Amino acid sequence: MSAPGGKASSAPLLGHDAEPTIFELSVRERSAYQLRTTNVPATPLGELVDERFLRGEPVALPEVSERDLVAHFTRLSHRQFSVDLGSYPLGSCTMKYNPKVCDEIAGLAGLADVHPATPPGLSQGWLELMADLERELCAITGMHAATLQPAAGAAGELTGLLLMRAFHEANGERRTKVVIPDSAHGTNPASVTLGGYEVVTIPSDEHGLVDLEALRAVLDTDVAGIMLTNPNTAGLFEEEIEEIAKAVHDVGGLLYYDGANLNAILGVVRPGDMGFDIVHMNLHKTFATPHGGGGPGAGPVAVAERLSEFLPGPIARRTGDDSFGWVTPARSIGRIHSWHGNALVLARAHAYLRLHGADGLLRVAQRAVLNANWLRVRLADTYPAAYDRPCMHEVVFTATKLKKDHGVRALDVAKRLLEEGFHAPTVYFPLIVDEALMVEPTETESPQTLEALAAALERIAEQAARDPEGAKAAPRTTPVRRLDEARAARHLVATEDDRAPLEA
Amino acid sequence: MADYLPHTDAEIAEMLGFLGLDSLDALFATVPAAVRLAGGLDLDAGLTEPDVLFEFTQLVERNRAVGAGFVCFAGAGAYDHEIPPVVRALSSRSEFVTAYTPYQPEVAQGVLQAIFEFQTMVARLSGLPIANASLYDGAASLVEALNVATGATGRQRVLVSSGVHPHWRGAATTFARGTGHAVEVVPLLDGQTDWGSIAAGEPVAAVVLAQPNWLGCLEEVAHARALADAHGALLIVCSDPVAAGVLHAPGSQGADIVVGEGQALGTRLGFGGPYLGLFSCSRDQVRRLPGRLVGETVDIEGTRAYVTTLRAREQDIRREKATSNVCTNQTLMAVTAAIQLSWLGPKGLAEVATRSAQGAHFCFSQLAVLQGVRPATSAPFLREFAVVTDAAADTVLARLADEGFLGGVAAASMAGEEDGSLSAGTASNTIVIAVTERRTRAEIEAFATAFGKAAR
Repeated sequence: MSAPGGKASSAPLLGHDAEPTIFELSVRERSAYQLRTTNVPATPLGELVDERFLRGEPVALPEVSERDLVAHFTRLSHRQFSVDLGSYPLGSCTMKYNPKVCDEIAGLAGLADVHPATPPGLSQGWLELMADLERELCAITGMHAATLQPAAGAAGELTGLLLMRAFHEANGERRTKVVIPDSAHGTNPASVTLGGYEVVTIPSDEHGLVDLEALRAVLDTDVAGIMLTNPNTAGLFEEEIEEIAKAVHDVGGLLYYDGANLNAILGVVRPGDMGFDIVHMNLHKTFATPHGGGGPGAGPVAVAERLSEFLPGPIARRTGDDSFGWVTPARSIGRIHSWHGNALVLARAHAYLRLHGADGLLRVAQRAVLNANWLRVRLADTYPAAYDRPCMHEVVFTATKLKKDHGVRALDVAKRLLEEGFHAPTVYFPLIVDEALMVEPTETESPQTLEALAAALERIAEQAARDPEGAKAAPRTTPVRRLDEARAARHLVATEDDRAPLEA
Repeated sequence: MADYLPHTDAEIAEMLGFLGLDSLDALFATVPAAVRLAGGLDLDAGLTEPDVLFEFTQLVERNRAVGAGFVCFAGAGAYDHEIPPVVRALSSRSEFVTAYTPYQPEVAQGVLQAIFEFQTMVARLSGLPIANASLYDGAASLVEALNVATGATGRQRVLVSSGVHPHWRGAATTFARGTGHAVEVVPLLDGQTDWGSIAAGEPVAAVVLAQPNWLGCLEEVAHARALADAHGALLIVCSDPVAAGVLHAPGSQGADIVVGEGQALGTRLGFGGPYLGLFSCSRDQVRRLPGRLVGETVDIEGTRAYVTTLRAREQDIRREKATSNVCTNQTLMAVTAAIQLSWLGPKGLAEVATRSAQGAHFCFSQLAVLQGVRPATSAPFLREFAVVTDAAADTVLARLADEGFLGGVAAASMAGEEDGSLSAGTASNTIVIAVTERRTRAEIEAFATAFGKAAR
């Protein structure tokens, strides 16, 4: 079956030659820059600033023509897989299509050329946008108020933990522990440590869900809260969420919702209705702001009413019929960003929400879950799901059988899939699943693309049985082949200047 | 209602049939009925693209963007430097924009190599050997630097100059609620850090200085280094990357960690984000480095290639013992900075810094003679300086806006009414003014004329 928009050619356009670095392309005295003609008096710098502050030599930056600059970075772009190029079923990252209209909006001068210290009276449009987005995010999560400052999910997590801390301290309590399931993202425990809490890990049950008895066993009045992803990282909905919430609340703890998987439940169920008190969202996942090769994202945090007064400030709020101002909550934990958060990312997310509305967001969740379940069933004979039950927006397959029978591991499947023109799934996560292949197709992939992906995975399984060494040799058609990662760590070359011979 | 979903009704029916389900709703059978949302989300119905675009064109009418009709003299950590069409074109290529973290290096050499080049440029700017692949913004870089310093020394007390951007200091204080760091803010005396004012106390993990500081004043890095040596502490310098084009590299002056805000390297003002946190350090601290690091290696055929390395520091592997919780960073801004710095080259960066300084000093000379205006400090400066006006800063800036100028940043709006960086009683009347290479003599002269009327 054909695959509209689904597969990429992963071979570089013009052969396999490595691209020189921009420094290697550099020629002394060549230049590209052009600046405004200003007629400002050209007083020598040494007469404006004491020479003792000034460097002798300019910084050793590349010296290239504009034409060489364009060629270099365009060639680099041809060595890069992306959502626009093909299907990117990277589990837990929600690599959905990013509507181009949102790029256009984020590029409007009336948003992109506004200085962050512009007085509120002259930036009412921005404040209105932020106030509207806060309301939208609260409607989606069932929360009362939100901060838009966190620049990514992990920043949101840490903000949430500091809110947890402020809440308990305001009640005169010094709780010390935060509970995390063993299926959690690594950012959760890392954030807990930075929040000044001790991590208590609880095991998952045989279905990949929170083990309620194990949870109850660790709950006491030292527990500040629990961090949960729901659906969890195995792609499964925590069906006992009401009991979990009650158990945590009964000891005075709070429930933190990691919004990594929010895409699955838009318009179906809200974290607030499940009993969560604090929610972070990944706007770059759920609301389709582009991932930028690793960022920028945005990780707003929404909270229940009883936590609102602790939110970071300032927050853009409506102050009159048609006027907006900055308001800092009464007992705010303080600022967490240099300015107002990743504002242009926030603008894209607001545009996405205006485009989709209540009806469109529900369709997003439905099709995301439909696509994942279709793949789960379609591939059941070749790649059994780690947990034999309906999944939400993503499905975790296990390659244990391929490994046992043919010595072909999840990593080999991932690398082989690159040759097939797809990005690889997330591998070896969640940690509780052996040889995990975590596939999140997202709602923007067509049935034809899903079939092509399934067919590619089946071809890989067939090859694993017939020619395991061939499968393990993948990828062969990519710009580079498997890397010597140990060498990168052992002989660290992290800049052009590290290439000089290293000491033994 | 707009839609980016490809499925036809017939396809949905076929897929549901394949799953043995009779409705899309049946996909959510594992969600307990008691928590299901009845009645749908409390949001408007979706709109079409043209409708949404129109809505935004109306909304942005209520913002004043900088440009010919609103000439920018504001800075305070966000600068109106030249961003040429070539940088915008290359940095908006969708291969860079719509990829994610390079988990599969075989198909991510484009982003990985661009980050490697970025790391090289940041390391050379800072004068330190190691630079990471970016953090969220300047404030985040400072917070991470404090974590490195406290981790390296096993101490909790950090001495932060009040010349450090007030919002960065604010973030450092916020995150100290979790880490338990004791953040001690050191006042300025006539625009430069008054290290002599420090009281005796616990052993010090880090001494933090900004060069130039948030009022634009140049600081004596050697004094901070001497203080750090006396305490056995690390020296963290918050370095402006454009100023670094002409100033001594902080690493050459003894900084252990250099952090900075990279917005000035090709990223639009964007109401404060997304920006770019710069972070570089000495080799001693590489195992504590926050965030991603790209290293060079070879593939199995010996071809040069790039990969994220020293991954054992990171949260997805080390979990609660990780050096940082950062995962998603600001890669696109880092790639943009690499392109911008390649466009500028050594001469271009120095020229931007020099012309900015020439503009700032020309502007200062025009303002300093005005009635109702006096310099806030007598300290040396490069492209930014502060003045104290007779009229309240907010009033002066409102009057200047009416004349078509974003006339600077009201110090009190950033630092509050009482801040160690400002002389007592002056906060409400202090304006921080930045001049970049984009300001012409005519603009500066017109600004000075308007300022003279507005300041009293």
